[in-house]
Amino acid sequence: MIETERAGRAFKVRGSVVHAVRDLSFRIEPGEFVGCLGPNGAGKSTTIKMLCGILTPTSGRVRVAGLDPSRARTALARRIGVVFGQRTTLWWDLPLRDSFELVRLLYKVDRKLFAARLDELTEALDLGGFARTPVRQLSLGQRMRGDLAAALLHDPEVLVLDEPTIGLDVVSKAGIRSFLLRVNAERGTTVLLTTHDLGDVERLCRRVLLIDHGRLAFDGSVGDLMATAPGPATIEEVVTRLYTRGRAAPPPVEPV
Amino acid sequence: MVRTYALLAWTWTRAAMAYRASFALMVVLGVCVTATDVAVILVIFSHTTALAGFTRDEVLFLYGAAGLPFALCDLLVSNVDRVSQHIRAGTLDTMLVRPVGTWIQLAADRFAPTRAGRVLQAAAVLGYALAVLDLDAGRLWMVPVMLATGTVIFAAIWTLGGAAQFLLTDAPEVINSFTYGGGQLTQYPLSVYGRDLVRGVTYVLPLAFVNWQPALYVLDRDDPFGTPGFVRFLGPVAAAVLALLAGLAWRQGIRHYRSTGS
Repeated sequence: MIETERAGRAFKVRGSVVHAVRDLSFRIEPGEFVGCLGPNGAGKSTTIKMLCGILTPTSGRVRVAGLDPSRARTALARRIGVVFGQRTTLWWDLPLRDSFELVRLLYKVDRKLFAARLDELTEALDLGGFARTPVRQLSLGQRMRGDLAAALLHDPEVLVLDEPTIGLDVVSKAGIRSFLLRVNAERGTTVLLTTHDLGDVERLCRRVLLIDHGRLAFDGSVGDLMATAPGPATIEEVVTRLYTRGRAAPPPVEPV
Repeated sequence: MVRTYALLAWTWTRAAMAYRASFALMVVLGVCVTATDVAVILVIFSHTTALAGFTRDEVLFLYGAAGLPFALCDLLVSNVDRVSQHIRAGTLDTMLVRPVGTWIQLAADRFAPTRAGRVLQAAAVLGYALAVLDLDAGRLWMVPVMLATGTVIFAAIWTLGGAAQFLLTDAPEVINSFTYGGGQLTQYPLSVYGRDLVRGVTYVLPLAFVNWQPALYVLDRDDPFGTPGFVRFLGPVAAAVLALLAGLAWRQGIRHYRSTGS
């Protein structure tokens, strides 16, 4: 469903070349639920953006749902759903419902299918209370639920989420997580998400990709990830160890 | 494409209509501001009978012939010059993941129906000039050709300006001197300007084909700068070439888009 082959993206920054991502190769099968981890600036967002067609790779090859994202961007858009935790894909000044209606028209979703799908999503994400509220007035949790619904209205084969739980409270997070599990289980939607929240990884992901310095540093199940530690450890410790390999680890914080 | 544009534009229109008083005020203001352009022309002609060899009504014809395509583009496509704002805010990313062309989405973004006031004003001036000027009916076919040519040229300039912002994210105002500057420049007979400037807007940025060259044909005039007669008919060619360049530049811009850091 998602395939990258030695994919890379370089940026020219003040005359020198920075490789945000290089030689990235992985394959995600239909129906998988994959988490993408990595320190800030590791290349996670760049990878996601290459998969959506926003950024054109400067080397290698990327395939999503059988398409080359940067060349067939609009065709691919019909088959994938994308959510950016840091910014909304909804129309800021429009009521949520109008945003959904626009999505229906832009994605050319059949009216009946749309109505059924919207009912389902309204129920699953509990959108009823704020469907008429302009997006700019929604709380972050409400907005994220609205964004998720908008990304799924056209019933995409792949759902790509860039930090979908960022800034959310415990309850909102739990709601989003159980919803994502449901989408993956019931509709067989392939899910790829990036996150800094290890709770997301533990509760959601059957497989973890760890990107560091723009390269794939680990690819395996959560169990395999835990097994990289020499002894018993929490997932925080395991990931800290992987992030700081070859670097000085930050000093542990003494409990007060 | 048209359907998508209409959809997005209608959505923004409804959003704008939420503030009715402000909406009405903006339409009236738009008409008033552009009406001062006409007032300036009338003031000039209260002191003289000819401007660079052109009568008042001929100048109003030139004004309307450039003003109408300019106002149409200002209404319909000028929002593509906000690329750099969308790049910095990261909203271009969200447009790129929708199954619709980015150019259409940008052009329709924050569609401002209040700009329609200027379209009406320019159309009224052109209509007046066409009614009072004693024009050769056999040459009138050039008028719609001229308006279409002008619309394509202004749209292409705005698109080039938008495409340039993929490179020059920090200098969106430079573009305004070509778009709004072009709109101002074409309001008068080009013979009031210096020869080098007119050469520039004929052979480099083809603003002379928005109204000047075709209008010389409609008005049955020789070019004061002495260009040969066939140049009057080159407008559509110039517009097509410019539109092609703008399209290519736009594609390059999208392909070299760098997005933001997160």
